[in-house]
Amino acid sequence: MSDEYNKQNTPIEAQSSETMSGSSGSTTDIDYVRPAELPEQDLYHGHSFITKWIFCQDAKVIGIQYFLTAVFTGIVGLILSWLMRLQLGFPDLVPFMTAEHYYQFVTMHGMIMVVYFLTALFLGGFGNYLIPLMVGARDMVFPYVNMVSFWMFFIAVCVLMASFFVPGGPTGAGWTLYPPQAILPGSPGSGMGIVLMLISLSLFVIGFTMGGLNYLITILQARTRGMTLMRMPLTIWGIFTATALAMLAFPALLVSCIMMTLDKLLETSFFMPAIVQAGEVLDYGGGSPVLFQHLFWFFGHPEVYIVALPAFGIVSDLISVHARKNIFGYRMMVWAIVGIGALSFFVWAHHMYVSGMNPWFGFFFATTTLIIAVPTALKVYNWIITLFRANIRMNTVMLFCLGFIVTFVNGGITGIFLGNVAVDIPLSDTYFVIAHFHMVMGIAPLMVIMGAVYHWFPLVTGRMLSEKLGKWHFWFTFLGAYSIYFPMHYLGFIGVPRRYFEMYDSPYVTSATGMNEFITVAALIVGASQFIFIYNIVTSLRLGKPAGKNPWKANSLEWLTSEVPPVHGNFGEKLPVVHRWPYDFNVPGAKEDYITQTTPPSEVINAEVEKT
Amino acid sequence: MHPGFIFLAVIVGSVLFHIFTPWWWTDIASNWGAMDDTINLTFWIGGGVFILVCLFMVYCILKFSYKEGRKVEYKPEDHKLEKILTIATTIGVIALLAPGLIVYNNYINVPKNALHVEVMAWQWGWQYRLPGEDGKLGTAQVIKISDENPFGINLDDPYGKDDILIQSDELHLKTNRPVKILLKSIDVLHNFYVPQFRSKMDAIPGIVTYYWFEPNKVGEYEVLCAEYCGVGHYAMRATVIVDSDENYENWINEQETFSSLIAKQNNKLEITRIAKNNN
Repeated sequence: MSDEYNKQNTPIEAQSSETMSGSSGSTTDIDYVRPAELPEQDLYHGHSFITKWIFCQDAKVIGIQYFLTAVFTGIVGLILSWLMRLQLGFPDLVPFMTAEHYYQFVTMHGMIMVVYFLTALFLGGFGNYLIPLMVGARDMVFPYVNMVSFWMFFIAVCVLMASFFVPGGPTGAGWTLYPPQAILPGSPGSGMGIVLMLISLSLFVIGFTMGGLNYLITILQARTRGMTLMRMPLTIWGIFTATALAMLAFPALLVSCIMMTLDKLLETSFFMPAIVQAGEVLDYGGGSPVLFQHLFWFFGHPEVYIVALPAFGIVSDLISVHARKNIFGYRMMVWAIVGIGALSFFVWAHHMYVSGMNPWFGFFFATTTLIIAVPTALKVYNWIITLFRANIRMNTVMLFCLGFIVTFVNGGITGIFLGNVAVDIPLSDTYFVIAHFHMVMGIAPLMVIMGAVYHWFPLVTGRMLSEKLGKWHFWFTFLGAYSIYFPMHYLGFIGVPRRYFEMYDSPYVTSATGMNEFITVAALIVGASQFIFIYNIVTSLRLGKPAGKNPWKANSLEWLTSEVPPVHGNFGEKLPVVHRWPYDFNVPGAKEDYITQTTPPSEVINAEVEKT
Repeated sequence: MHPGFIFLAVIVGSVLFHIFTPWWWTDIASNWGAMDDTINLTFWIGGGVFILVCLFMVYCILKFSYKEGRKVEYKPEDHKLEKILTIATTIGVIALLAPGLIVYNNYINVPKNALHVEVMAWQWGWQYRLPGEDGKLGTAQVIKISDENPFGINLDDPYGKDDILIQSDELHLKTNRPVKILLKSIDVLHNFYVPQFRSKMDAIPGIVTYYWFEPNKVGEYEVLCAEYCGVGHYAMRATVIVDSDENYENWINEQETFSSLIAKQNNKLEITRIAKNNN
């Protein structure tokens, strides 16, 4: 296939837009789209197995590589969560479980799931696969850097996994890695474990910056003709804004990692005050542990939205396609995504209400945090209004979207509890917090990821996933996860603190024993039911129903490629030309219930389309 | 069965769970009833929104399931509706935020008559220091901590001499008297948390943090460390006993002061050695 492109990729002469619009832009031609101004991108086509599948520069392959690596770390994270839950529900059942191991599992589970699983999956996985396809580009603008980005991520994962095998094991400092304890002997893995964690995170940030610049520039510079910003699918808006957040937030993580590495290895005192441990005065003095918390959460809170915004975008597209109705209030959805993204840099200290920072901060951060609830609530309204008077396919994809709405609204509302400083004080550091963030940034984005896999699997592989298995997978996952986290809030109301290896016979928690056992059983079932999903994917790869072109009758460009699955270069000889937004479903006067983005107005002359 | 009914069951189940749950607040034993009130307010407004949104979703999926040729509304935007929803949400958010900020303002403004209690945390335990008759705590530094001077009190500070030192994890408080907890840590982060008092704050090495409450129920309460502090975190418990005035006076009179601790170490040479080390 590669040679065909090379022929038509010969540079055409760049023209200025003024000369063009004068010559061919007559007012009567309703299909008019400005001709291309720039020659098309020259792509490197792999010839050997290694350049096609390993050191590959095709964003789609890189996306799949990111996806598979992230899923692998996710499975490690899942197994760690099982071990933790077994300890909490049935102490003494796991013979090798000590407090050290428990805290190591807690830490690694958290860090893996937030950074190496969710972030890598949404931006590295879906971002790479979908951005060029959805904006109508042949590939990312810097394919080579894109490849390096994945391999940096891969090395970061290897370093992270290596920390399981060093003396002392991986760090057990909690995923927030708060100093001083993160680098002092009282915490497990405070030797090599924490150092490898900090190195791995730094590598992740470096790799991710390469990928992120690619996503941003591709979206800004490589959109096909007619694809205005306000015609982009919300998936792209979500990924775009999340990447912009990542570019601004990750540097804070990087510097805090570097400073803590120096504190650990060279005994500097960025975060370390004078400390007496085990009767000995340590060689530290003058540093501030709270400074680390500010840096960490300056990264950490946007990080929540780095996961959430792509999920918001993707779920909007899935709902619209499968409800056969335009997304309600597209422009407000876009501004809500951008607004949430901007606000997310002004709310970080709501994680620190009881951290000992200046108490006056509480007023400011409670206010900004609750302001962010407004655009978030508007997005929820728009999703459910999209379902109103629609024509809803109740398939697996839609079920996952509905599961997302329920869990996200639930987790969003508990977020209002924790964002409001006076309400947060009794609830912070209890199981209420755990229930809240698992519901809102664990289960809700996972619902979207799974819905998205069912939705785009036919595009990636050319085959459909089994609907029957998909529905079983959904109900096990949704009902199971809901019954893990909904009751868990009530443990937080009692006041059960988080990160407790064991409760002994504390008077508050004797009543919680039964619930802990129930939650553990539910967690085991939910985890096990993911193997239905994996089984579905593996069998459908070979035996699934052939999907054909555009099986969901969607409008956006990724379904309109010349080949399914799309090949390197994505589109055929000519790049698609876009005439409308991707949400023209059930337009009055149109013959079909969908009008693709590439359909020119002259082909749907009777359709009463709103100008987009 | 239509999936809509299962989603409906989830919502009904959540409400029933809430009604019949045996898991709820511990009985409050401090003045922070207002925190419970703001939580309840958030709970009812938030819970109401959750139920309404989910019920509307269930209605839509039951009513508008896929049917070939169903007439679908084509209405990309509705400015009036969007405006109403924005304003309504903003009002709801203000209604939740305003009372919260008022309560928080009380939380960070400590009453003048509050009794000061220094809580010193370490891996993994607690000790306490109360001001003596002068009503003031002596200055102290972590680097001066030694076996002979467990709180690192500056020996030349006259305010420190009568400080009452409690080298046990059992703290007594007087009922109906506000307490300002001054938190110190000598090593890593900790958090002095009694669920019945509702309030909490991290202890951080290097600085002194504080919060206050007024215990109003006589009884014995368990202290839990609420900030992860290493492998012993879960075992870092202590006890707070809220006493009537009379019992409190009896207890405090039995406690040792810093000067009596020094006097006990009757070997004079020993004292000079400490003084030398500390200066």
